[in-house]
Amino acid sequence: MAYNFKEVMERPDRLASGHRMCAGCGAPIAVRGVLRAIKPEDKAVICSATCCLEVSTCMYPYTSWKDSFIHNAFENAAATISGVEAAHKALAAKGKVPQNYKFIAFGGDGGTYDIGFQSLSGAMERNHDMVYVCYDNEAYMNTGIQRSSATPLYADTTTSATGKASSGKTQNRKDLAEVIAAHHVPYVAQTTFIGNLKDLHEKSEKALYTPGAAFLNVLAPCPRGWRYEAEDIGEICKMAVETCFWPLFEVENDVWKINYQPKNKRPIEDFLKTQGRFKHLFKKGNEHLIADIQKEVDHRWELLLKRAQ
Amino acid sequence: MAIQDRLSGNEAVSIAMKQINPDVMPAFPITPSTEIPQYVSQFIANGEMDTVFIPVESEHSAMSACIGSQSAGGRTVTATSSCGLALMFEMLYVAASNRLPITMAVVNRALSGPININNDHSDSMGARDSGWLQIYAENAQEAYDNFFQCMRIGEHPAVQLPVMCCQDGFITSHAVERMELIETEKVKAFMGEYKPEHYLLNPDETLAVGPYDIPQYYMEHKKAQAVAMENAREAIMEVAKEFEAMTGRKYGMIEEYRMEDAELAMIIIGSSAGTAKEACDELRAAGVKAGVIKVRVFRPFPAEEIVAALKGVKAVAIMDKTESFSANGGPMGAEVKAAMFGKLNDVLVTNYIYGIGGRDVKVDDLKSVYDKLAEMVKTGKAPEHYQYLALRD
Repeated sequence: MAYNFKEVMERPDRLASGHRMCAGCGAPIAVRGVLRAIKPEDKAVICSATCCLEVSTCMYPYTSWKDSFIHNAFENAAATISGVEAAHKALAAKGKVPQNYKFIAFGGDGGTYDIGFQSLSGAMERNHDMVYVCYDNEAYMNTGIQRSSATPLYADTTTSATGKASSGKTQNRKDLAEVIAAHHVPYVAQTTFIGNLKDLHEKSEKALYTPGAAFLNVLAPCPRGWRYEAEDIGEICKMAVETCFWPLFEVENDVWKINYQPKNKRPIEDFLKTQGRFKHLFKKGNEHLIADIQKEVDHRWELLLKRAQ
Repeated sequence: MAIQDRLSGNEAVSIAMKQINPDVMPAFPITPSTEIPQYVSQFIANGEMDTVFIPVESEHSAMSACIGSQSAGGRTVTATSSCGLALMFEMLYVAASNRLPITMAVVNRALSGPININNDHSDSMGARDSGWLQIYAENAQEAYDNFFQCMRIGEHPAVQLPVMCCQDGFITSHAVERMELIETEKVKAFMGEYKPEHYLLNPDETLAVGPYDIPQYYMEHKKAQAVAMENAREAIMEVAKEFEAMTGRKYGMIEEYRMEDAELAMIIIGSSAGTAKEACDELRAAGVKAGVIKVRVFRPFPAEEIVAALKGVKAVAIMDKTESFSANGGPMGAEVKAAMFGKLNDVLVTNYIYGIGGRDVKVDDLKSVYDKLAEMVKTGKAPEHYQYLALRD
């Protein structure tokens, strides 16, 4: 079905307003985007790892979630939702609960790439009928901007600090969508907030309505950690895609597809300069650092092009 | 008619699971509890039960999935031992605070390190403050009988807490005993259907589980949990009574063995209670007024029952099959002494660490404990420090 922006946006929000997330944060945009792809008549159980999203949307005695929601711990959203899904399988087979439930887990990059990686890998391999959504803001933001394995090269974080003897994180980021694709689950996609959110919506819809396990990696900028003004989030996401720092792609039954190829690939500076975490790279004498990042971005883009051939 | 059989503790608990036929079982293998998920998987493969088995990739995920499943409204069981229980540690607290009556078969084994696969109670004793009920079996029959009762107690409306159904690794889990099984129809009637008041998959009501709790509410929530644990005492006795009506087998918080006129008492838990009873019998035959108090339920702690049982006793040995490194004795030692304080000030008390890491516990070893108690009565003095039993020189 063709994407109808008006129809999709008019669907009732499944995450209530009035939550405590920061203005300009990508996480609730990702959540709303994914939840809008659930058919309004379908039910859902949503799990969140311990993260900004969880502490800001479910503080006793309030909840922002219109669907049933469970928070368990930091590293086990995937295992938790797999338990919910299994119970649904058992209870639905006995006719005790309706069939039309969707199971979604949200986690930040800390809870997904790092501490929750094993739990995620296990749930993906077991191919539960679930969608795991990583809102990737490229560091442990909830604990105060510490580096993660999703943090890009040379980013300034509180545990990859810049200083006289350091230019920020010394390692490259892990490519998690690729790692999950290696689980050969039915659907894996990488997306962010572009234009009218068509890419996010279509991928969410596919992830939700493809039977079996699906994984979405959503680049979700963090104004505190990345150091930008709230209103700049759209431009930052656009530059992430236009520079090929964050390509939009999907892997459907092991077929790789790039969803957007920029006509003119922008230099990585166009992404880096939008954020305070890369400010030190623009000091005179640090040109080679930017060149390192460019080299890595080019390398990964080439790899992706080959995969998607 | 009850069914006579010869089974190991692991087989017995697996058959209990088959008869209950719970909705979900997430599990990860670990010695010596591994056979339980194996047997259950085979029962499922044979079409004898339709539980959804989740072959998780770790015990942490096993308990996480248990929490998800039970919150969703599914009756959920699992099994583990030792390091597996330790890996679940964080999630044990969440299961209890979310008031989820998960039933877990714990096959007690020493914790690493050094790595050791044999029996002691360091695993479940380490988790004694996690908010789970803990019920210990002396033998395979009790492990089987307890499993049904554990689930019923946990699901009791006034309790709604998770329960560990403990048995001793290898000694109980692998040794084959003659025992009596209950007919499945009777089990089904006894267990009833699991109908939680609130659950994630309730189509008529959404639910939020595990919210962030602020200082204004956290204490009240913890108090509610503590009240549930207190309520468990009554539920344990209520369920035991029903169970006795079904099987004729009587259970309580503790079991008193030859305690009527006992002067020397031993307080012990698990399979070693059987050995203690044998030691007690031999001493009784020799005219020694020995008795045994077997602790069946460790959480909630049967303080009143133990104090009542100790009335008239001159000296007591509190036996711990784990070290707690308090430099002041084991967990049972601490609990019993706290229970006795101000009530039984004239009883001489000593605390032993015994049988850890699978060290064999022989009748003679336990008889030597009674000898020590007799000596204490004679001298009127208790040892200042806690002691190790049958330690090599």
